[in-house]
Amino acid sequence: MLDRVIEILPELNVAFIETLIMVGIGLLVAIILGLPVGILLYVTDRGLFLENQFVKGVLGVIVNLIRSIPFIILLVFLFPFTEFLLDKTTGPFAASVSLSVAAIPFYARIVESSAREIDKGVIEAAIAVGASPWMIIKDIILPETKPGLISGLTITAISLIGYSAMAGTIGGGGIGDLAIRYGYYRYDNTVMFTTVIVLIVLVQFIQYLGDFIAKAVNKR
Amino acid sequence: MITIENVNKVYETKTSRVVGVDDVSLEIKKGEIYGIVGYSGAGKSTLLRCMNILERPTSGKIFIDEVDLLSLSNKELRKARQSIGMIFQGFFLTSSKTVFDNVAFALKAAGVPKSERKDRVLELLDLVGLGDKANQYPAKLSGGQKQRVSIARALANNPKVLLCDEATSALDPSTTKSILALLKKINKEFGITIVIITHEMEVVKEICDKCAVMQDGQVIEQGSSYEIFANPTKPLTKQFIQTVLNFELPEQLLESCQGTLVQLQFRGSIAGDPVVSDVLQKFPVQGNILHGKVEYIKDTPLGIFIMELLGDQQDVNNAIDYLQQRLKQVEVIQHA
Repeated sequence: MLDRVIEILPELNVAFIETLIMVGIGLLVAIILGLPVGILLYVTDRGLFLENQFVKGVLGVIVNLIRSIPFIILLVFLFPFTEFLLDKTTGPFAASVSLSVAAIPFYARIVESSAREIDKGVIEAAIAVGASPWMIIKDIILPETKPGLISGLTITAISLIGYSAMAGTIGGGGIGDLAIRYGYYRYDNTVMFTTVIVLIVLVQFIQYLGDFIAKAVNKR
Repeated sequence: MITIENVNKVYETKTSRVVGVDDVSLEIKKGEIYGIVGYSGAGKSTLLRCMNILERPTSGKIFIDEVDLLSLSNKELRKARQSIGMIFQGFFLTSSKTVFDNVAFALKAAGVPKSERKDRVLELLDLVGLGDKANQYPAKLSGGQKQRVSIARALANNPKVLLCDEATSALDPSTTKSILALLKKINKEFGITIVIITHEMEVVKEICDKCAVMQDGQVIEQGSSYEIFANPTKPLTKQFIQTVLNFELPEQLLESCQGTLVQLQFRGSIAGDPVVSDVLQKFPVQGNILHGKVEYIKDTPLGIFIMELLGDQQDVNNAIDYLQQRLKQVEVIQHA
């Protein structure tokens, strides 16, 4: 059995890196686009300083729309878009496109709900000293939600690992793809268990790291 | 300094209409400490929040230092708010920032360059007595210390007005005293006009020059704190005053009293005159003090005593007339 594991190791290595690429890109896009969308969802809510029913409504519907499509369908649905962007629909980078699209609303909702945890009074106090909306976002909302933003990133990363396995099955590569190819199609249980163990270790590691950082930045 | 003209605040939803503030007009002069008293739901907090447009009045006008706040653009309003400090019952410090950064934020919001912030923040922290806590996070501070930080933050941009929304209600009595002393000092040293919302008459007694009593969104009584304490006219005001000056006599005592019961009020400097001993020497009556207290309403004494007068009815009446002449504030509460 060990022989088989050693034999598969080079392929596992490649698959592991592919998974990291997919999850990494997904997370990056979640931070670059999901974070602002989440903040926008929060500050345009009723009773907040940039209250705007229209923006909030439109954004909310788009977010819900993407969130309600099962990932495997979103994956297929986005093939034309992926092709348009990258000229191909296979490989980890192509899979990253739909992973990113799924990650944006996912993380946005987490950002929104952790921002809601802020006492409204803290924001009012900032308004009362004459701070501008941008300053309130940058200097109050973001620092105050930092622990939530980091745990949210942890949750997003772990979900993306799960999604990446699905993306793998339709040509994305990665650990999930490896597990399906060998474990499912070829009944190679050793490879399947190995990949599962690798995934468990990866998820545990991300969770520990996320919890550790979230705790370190929490000043409450 | 603060002029409030016919301010209304109505909360309207599809199904209900709640009046928060009902046609309130007030005039608060420069350098005054003004108290607004009422039970929760009386609209006092809403009124205060209208004074820096945290809450936009439905109608009416708000002038601060002759600037019509409701006519300002968002940007101008932000600028105006820098001269209106505000502190809250819940302190509302940013928990992810140190004490220093919490205060520095107010300066940053006002566009003070970073190089000038440090000295000003340290100066403010010294003023509120937290010079050694600059690098602490709020979670490590006591309630009183948090309120001091929020006072430092509110004063950062040299405001002309300081709004206090139940600023001492979450604090224990001795901390309340020290915070009130700090507010008094700020008022004296910098001449900042202070508006205090509270349900504690103690706070008014301690530091307010004037006060207004609110009920159901309306101001039902206003005047100098001393007059309000000495002569409350509305039942609610009386109720509030009683929390500080309570002169209920036990039922049994009232029944067993044989003489005439009078309530004497000694106001201001007259509290130092020997009026009681004079009346007992001048008239052949006996006096028996049943209850009494001297309270200092923002440092001016207000003495209230309940005395039983015994003797010939005519002499008692003469004694009461004499007291009335000297004190002007005599009330017979039970005849012999």
